[in-house]
Amino acid sequence: MTENGAATQASFGGVQARSTVVLNAPRIAVRNLDFYYGEHKALKAIDFDLPERQVTGMIGPSGCGKSTLLRVLNRMYSLYPGQRATGEVMLDGRNIIDDATDLNELRAKVGMVFQKPTPFPMTIYENIAFGVRLHERLSRAQMEERVEWALARAAIWDEVKDRLQTSALGLSGGQQQRLCIARTIAVRPEVILFDEPTSALDPISTLKIEELIDELKRDFTIAIVTHNMQQAARCADQVAFFYLGELIEVAPAAQMFTAPKHQKTQEYITGRFG
Amino acid sequence: MSASMTTGVVPGPRKDPKVAAALGRRRKRADLTLRVFCIAATVLGIVLLASILASLTWRGFAAMNLSVFTRMTAPPGSEGGLLNPIIGSLIQALLGTAIGTPIGMLVGTYLAEYARGSWLGNVVRFISDVLLSAPSILIGLFIYQLLVLPFGGFSGWAGVAALAVIVIPIVVRTTEDMLQLLPNTLREAVVGLGSPKWKMIVLVCWRAAISGIITGVLLAVARVAGETAPLLFTSLGNNAWSINLTQPMASLPVTIYAFAGSPYEDWIALAWAGALIITLGVLGLNIAARSLLRTRH
Repeated sequence: MTENGAATQASFGGVQARSTVVLNAPRIAVRNLDFYYGEHKALKAIDFDLPERQVTGMIGPSGCGKSTLLRVLNRMYSLYPGQRATGEVMLDGRNIIDDATDLNELRAKVGMVFQKPTPFPMTIYENIAFGVRLHERLSRAQMEERVEWALARAAIWDEVKDRLQTSALGLSGGQQQRLCIARTIAVRPEVILFDEPTSALDPISTLKIEELIDELKRDFTIAIVTHNMQQAARCADQVAFFYLGELIEVAPAAQMFTAPKHQKTQEYITGRFG
Repeated sequence: MSASMTTGVVPGPRKDPKVAAALGRRRKRADLTLRVFCIAATVLGIVLLASILASLTWRGFAAMNLSVFTRMTAPPGSEGGLLNPIIGSLIQALLGTAIGTPIGMLVGTYLAEYARGSWLGNVVRFISDVLLSAPSILIGLFIYQLLVLPFGGFSGWAGVAALAVIVIPIVVRTTEDMLQLLPNTLREAVVGLGSPKWKMIVLVCWRAAISGIITGVLLAVARVAGETAPLLFTSLGNNAWSINLTQPMASLPVTIYAFAGSPYEDWIALAWAGALIITLGVLGLNIAARSLLRTRH
């Protein structure tokens, strides 16, 4: 097998992975991470890196722990008593799962986009400005500039520029999801977590979001949980396969979809279970 | 295990068409019986309600004229109206709601956002539910002990306090219910931007739940507008014009209670007029509340 970067000829289950990949230096390093829902251990000794300004796809059958891992990366689990993590998740030289972590500061740095679009009950403009105001004091003109930038980056500016002062709840599902992405990047995070961002969307909206993710990785480090193997192949530079709370295999996408090392990975990718 | 269990042959005797037909007839008879009972009960309820509303409308409109709204209550035979009880009821119901609503909203928010599944939250919720269904005369007696006896007499403020106590559990319940209806992903989306919890609640959750909460407040106004028992022991009633809350204050329900039990024709007619006014007011509030809830979706 060639090293990262060779063109792929064969592929498993008809999935064509992006062909050239050299993984960058790690932005987030996960070491020996365990996670518990009360007594139940949902993640077992997870070890891997998220490369900077690249997309890490996380795949695996339902309940395998991939969403749980995503929710560790911005400490979302801390909202719920009884959920806890042990181990190391290093970001900028700090272990973010320490109790001492400032969660608001962390979440400004690690943004998240959810499975279902979650527009706030306010205008489109206010939806974007809301997050920015939490962390920055901008003049009116600066704020307008930021809102336009975020909406443009999320490829939705042209569709909403004439209705910024109308309710965001009136947008279509695909538009709402891009609005949520705009809202997340408006805060200027460094990492963006996508939790099955297209599973509630139609194919055309899905395509737009995927193109967007591809474009966003120029500036952001991205992790995406997906059930869709094609999506993982189209978007991801690195793919991690989880099964029953364990990280079975992590590899550059091209290698993962052409020559998975592990039997379980191969079975899952080719659709024999999951 | 016999082989037939695994090869798809249904065990037991063959299906008898006669038995099947008999079972079908029995099912239809049971269905018909239940349907007749349900319809009969519904008709009974509607007839009762319609007859109440019909006689109320009939006798109420017969007694309705301009002087009902322009004159004070007066001794029998001297052409009085209901101006002071109407104004007294408005003042007490609105002030009671104004005081009870913020307290109720904060308690409901505590239950939904801070105390989910906690021991203290469950206790508070239980007490609030008990208060919701407590006989309102008990609340009147409670305020009588708390505000009437120590301060030397019946007063509008005591009436306001009693109504506020009735408003609180209603607003607690609707606020908590409406906040519970919000999806957790909405909360996670706000917190995920790096927002502190209080901003999440005040700027997003309340805003998302506001029409439901307003509905609950309107229903609370409707409820206290018709309360008699808690006012008997607190604001008592006043036959003269008074908007001084430190003095006894008139109210529609108490006036209806006093007038309807009197032997005087003109007082009884005014009681009907007052009852119609309250009913129409409550009806209007209910319609407003329902249409508000509908526009939400």
